[in-house]
Amino acid sequence: MSNRFVNPAVAQVPPSGIRRFFDIAGTMKDAISLGVGEPDFVTPYHIRSAAIDSILDGETQYTPNRGLLSLRQEIARYLSDRFQVSYDPEQEIMVTVGASEAIDLALRACLRPGDEVIVPDPGYVSYAPCVTFAGGVPVAVPTKAEDEFRITPEEIEQAVTPKTRAIIFPYPNNPTGAVMNKAQMQAIAQAAEKHDLLVISDEIYAELTYTDDEDEQKIAFSALPGMKERTVLINGFSKAFAMTGWRLGYACAPKEILYEMNKIHQYAIMCAPRQGQVAGLQALKKNRENGYEDVVTMRRSYDRRRRVMLDAFRKMGLSCFEPRGAFYCFPSIRSTGLTSEEFCTRLLKEHRVVCVPGDAFGKSGAGHIRCCYATDMNRMLEAFKRMEQFIQSL
Amino acid sequence: MQSLKSQILEILSEDCRTPLERIAVMTGSDLTQVAEAVEELERDRVILQYSPIINWDRTDKERVEALIEVKVTPQRDMGFDSIAGRIYRFDEVKSVFLMSGSYDLMVLVEARTLKELALFVSEKLSPLESVTGTSTSFVLKRYKQDGVIFVGETTDKRMVVSP
Repeated sequence: MSNRFVNPAVAQVPPSGIRRFFDIAGTMKDAISLGVGEPDFVTPYHIRSAAIDSILDGETQYTPNRGLLSLRQEIARYLSDRFQVSYDPEQEIMVTVGASEAIDLALRACLRPGDEVIVPDPGYVSYAPCVTFAGGVPVAVPTKAEDEFRITPEEIEQAVTPKTRAIIFPYPNNPTGAVMNKAQMQAIAQAAEKHDLLVISDEIYAELTYTDDEDEQKIAFSALPGMKERTVLINGFSKAFAMTGWRLGYACAPKEILYEMNKIHQYAIMCAPRQGQVAGLQALKKNRENGYEDVVTMRRSYDRRRRVMLDAFRKMGLSCFEPRGAFYCFPSIRSTGLTSEEFCTRLLKEHRVVCVPGDAFGKSGAGHIRCCYATDMNRMLEAFKRMEQFIQSL
Repeated sequence: MQSLKSQILEILSEDCRTPLERIAVMTGSDLTQVAEAVEELERDRVILQYSPIINWDRTDKERVEALIEVKVTPQRDMGFDSIAGRIYRFDEVKSVFLMSGSYDLMVLVEARTLKELALFVSEKLSPLESVTGTSTSFVLKRYKQDGVIFVGETTDKRMVVSP
């Protein structure tokens, strides 16, 4: 056996809890999946087309490590137009292989062995493992349905130790759909300042917020006074422009931090694939010119389906707080007397609907399920019918 | 903010069978508000009809279609409206558009057989006084209509579960 070659520190990290469901669901033919974590739109045609043109034009070479300068310039404009924050495209922005790489780079560039990182729980499945792989110690901070799954300064206060180095700030949130408004972000900013924490702000869902005031949420964490020097802003093209498979993200940070992140990227990755960068450039340029038509169209469509899903869960008798970001609902299934795991397994086996158990996203997700409304309306309605039958059969 | 009416039109243009109750949920409005708005849209002839897009090629119905470019002499005071009216009243005519460019009217005609369609052109359309010329092109294959792609299958290419 070759186990002896494997690093025990890696071996002790369990694989994503989502994986198992994928395996069961894969064997079923007519299962309806609410378990996906990506848009149901295909990348807009003009974006795909730009990438094809670039291939035909023979643009097949490396790009600079930090990405095409034209793309970084366009990212800088985008962030200042949409999120009220300005970054220097030469020194403070780098293009990565998805936002995932950017998270990993930020952690690896900043953590020292044993440093603690506050991670809201439930949260995206990668955060805690990436902290561990970077030699840090993830400290889960539970967020609660009654707080609409927002992290509060009090909770941070309780979790902070002399070893705390950073906090991961993932809003709008996957899996809960929670958002934070400016005032709430400011309270977190104060706590970060008080304890001198680095803030890794994962804003991949920033375009997908649904509030009556459409612009309420449109501010980057680093746009708050004093926050830019302690924030790594993470974003990407996957959610806003339906470009998940292109693996195109970016990080913005003070030049001293970005310099170190880029070093790891330079040696490990070289650069993000060129065609993805060309496509991203087209996405930002065209949308800047036409008033973010792609983003607005997709967001409207998600918003309608969001309301339908929320309404359906409440009618089924599941308690569900109103998610105002991303494309997930995170209802509680405690009233059924089942655990999330049992609920999802039986729902899949008996009624062929895929949902993800909430505790796949951390202990505090227990008693909940994650359902994605980036799903065709008619399939979604059929899934609700089956779920209702299931709940009534209990 | 998008107005309720424009939201309703967007929703119905995607699926005209969406029940009013669901439209109310989708837009976060009262059912009565939605019902009133739809009634107004119908009354103002913004919404003219609710009809499905049918791929007739997948049925056993015999059917041919042609696009006919028609040149006409416009009439004093009436412009093209009068002759367009003469043409669009035929049952065989499905659509009529006034066009810019080298001809005047684009007429979409449907018939059961090629012969029937040819007869329509030679016996009904061409003899009209103001019609000075026609050019008929038959539809061979329909790829996309009203935003709906007719060929191939659209499948969800996403994995069933992803983070």
